[in-house]
Amino acid sequence: MDIHEHQAKDVLRAFGMPVPQGGIAFAPEQAMHEARKLGFPVVVKAQIHAGGRGAAGGVRLCQSEAEVGAFALSLLGRNLVTKQTDAQGKPVHRLLVEQGTEIAKELYLGLVLDRKSERIMIVASREGGMEIEDLAEDQPDALIRMVIDPAMGLLPFQSRELGFALGLSAHQIGQFAIVLRACYRAFRDLDATMVEINPLVVSSAGGLIALDAKMSFDTNALFRRPNVAALRDPGQEDPREDAAAEHGLSYVGLDGDIGCIINGAGLAMATMDMIQLAGGQPANFLDIGGGASPERVVAAFRTVLTDPNVSVILVNIFAGINRCDWVASGVVQAYRELNLTLPVVVRLAGTNVDEGRCIIDASGLPLISADTLAEAAATAVAARPALAA
Amino acid sequence: MSILIQQETRIIIQGMSGRIGQFHAQDMIKHGTNVVGGVTPGRGGETVLGRPIFNTVREAIEAVGAQASLVFVPPPSAADAIMEAAEAGLEFAVCVTDGIPSQDMMKVKRFLRRFPAERKMRFIGPNCAGVISPGKGFMGIMPPHIYLPGRVGIVGRSGTLGYEAASQMKALGIGVSTSVGIGGDPINGSSFKDILAMFEDDPETDAVMLIGEIGGPQEAEAAAYVRDHMSKPVVAYIAGLSAPKGRKMGHAGAIISAFGESAQEKVEILSAAGITVAPTPSAMGETLAKVLGMRQAA
Repeated sequence: MDIHEHQAKDVLRAFGMPVPQGGIAFAPEQAMHEARKLGFPVVVKAQIHAGGRGAAGGVRLCQSEAEVGAFALSLLGRNLVTKQTDAQGKPVHRLLVEQGTEIAKELYLGLVLDRKSERIMIVASREGGMEIEDLAEDQPDALIRMVIDPAMGLLPFQSRELGFALGLSAHQIGQFAIVLRACYRAFRDLDATMVEINPLVVSSAGGLIALDAKMSFDTNALFRRPNVAALRDPGQEDPREDAAAEHGLSYVGLDGDIGCIINGAGLAMATMDMIQLAGGQPANFLDIGGGASPERVVAAFRTVLTDPNVSVILVNIFAGINRCDWVASGVVQAYRELNLTLPVVVRLAGTNVDEGRCIIDASGLPLISADTLAEAAATAVAARPALAA
Repeated sequence: MSILIQQETRIIIQGMSGRIGQFHAQDMIKHGTNVVGGVTPGRGGETVLGRPIFNTVREAIEAVGAQASLVFVPPPSAADAIMEAAEAGLEFAVCVTDGIPSQDMMKVKRFLRRFPAERKMRFIGPNCAGVISPGKGFMGIMPPHIYLPGRVGIVGRSGTLGYEAASQMKALGIGVSTSVGIGGDPINGSSFKDILAMFEDDPETDAVMLIGEIGGPQEAEAAAYVRDHMSKPVVAYIAGLSAPKGRKMGHAGAIISAFGESAQEKVEILSAAGITVAPTPSAMGETLAKVLGMRQAA
């Protein structure tokens, strides 16, 4: 789960991180008010769950109230498209208005959950301001990596080593230790999966300050982090994914036209691959999970059909803890309740497969059965209505 | 002897009193698995499915000689249950639970490092289908009837895709020695490499089917291991060719977030290590058959 920059800065400030003074605004007047309080110049930053905002025109240094007002008016309520968003972009509903900072040096500081060492890893670089992906590609040697032992936590010498490696002066090392400790403690105590300060700035006055901040959290740990869960902004997420999650479904919207209803993440990905190899494009990833009831299957159909591009539905079930008869009942129920007219291809295998096929055959509905994964994908691709020339 | 489970392995189920634990315990017993008891704190002294329930894993070891555990404990306390099993002295545990926080797993892995090799519990999962040695027993949630007993090992992240492979193999008359689900989480107990090493040493396994997916470094690590240390043929499939970067595809760990984590890159890495990669998920069985056939002819 991602949060906004201003929220990440609030979270980190509570752990001791120095951040610029600023305020949040949901309307141009509020942005102007915040700017007046701070004094000029101010930086106005669009708050969306994606990077690349500066290059996309979502960040501006403003010298006057009028400039703040005009910029806020131009951003709020619109979608901002950056190189990290899709073509539609993300909606801007809030702005962060911050005091300007005189920059002497920009550094990169990130903490991630490293899957190789299975520990929290610090990644740092003297080259701040660039995207870490670009940095890793262009100058892999410029990245400094350090792993933290969960039994010991962050040790003072690690902060010193890293601070000196970043070229900080002796009197900045103590301040860097505070910055790093804030990141580490926030990560550990709040079940984060990523903390990124890019750039971490050395100001003209010589102090360290987090000019930008990004945090992501482990959704599996939200049950014990109610304060983090409260930071969620559904406006930044695909509403279909939320609606699906409420029914115990895992859904990811994609660009194609073949709607997928599958059990298991691996089989779902493999079915999408198979569709692509057969010459089609999947409209979505959807995992109905284990022990799916007919009602959950109907909810899966509803979810898939919220995408207007869907022209065929492919149901592929290899039941272990699922039951083919329950899924088949759900398919029949969905077809009738939702008055479906588009082609539906159904492949059932595993637990109670014979009972499931009986239900499909006895329904008298024009459902298309397939025996194997390959046949199911090929049939679904072939079943698409001919495209208008 | 197959890897991990034998006919006589004395298995307990942590969380056996719960609805899900009980349901799967029943299926395991029905298929001949040697389930000797269960652990549910506070329910010690009760009986479920004719097996005694204990308050702690330690009691289960003392009373019924438990050797291995299947963990069906809900996410908030699953990591604790795994560490209890390790400390009590079990040889082996499988955790099926989906939704365990990553930092809890980080702690589990750190905890397991405290033990010397001969006293260290082998741990598989979480978020996996479990382990089956067809005809001998299983610990997990898979449908046992889709596996033909035989001499090919299966190791994969996804449960359902493992079923798909087993059924394609069965249709071609290829049987399974043991199938291991290592699970779809970013931090897991045993990696592909760990299981490959066991299959390499297993006299009952002739070849291995490896089923990977997008995200994480474990397929690349497995490729290096196969190239440098394995004599048995390995056939692979990687799911997620059509998955977009940066989106989580169901499994907590199925997300492309770094170099080498896309399906295309993993296929290249595995191929470069001499592993035959099935071109499509429906060709897992026939690709394996071809490799086994070539080996027989040679």
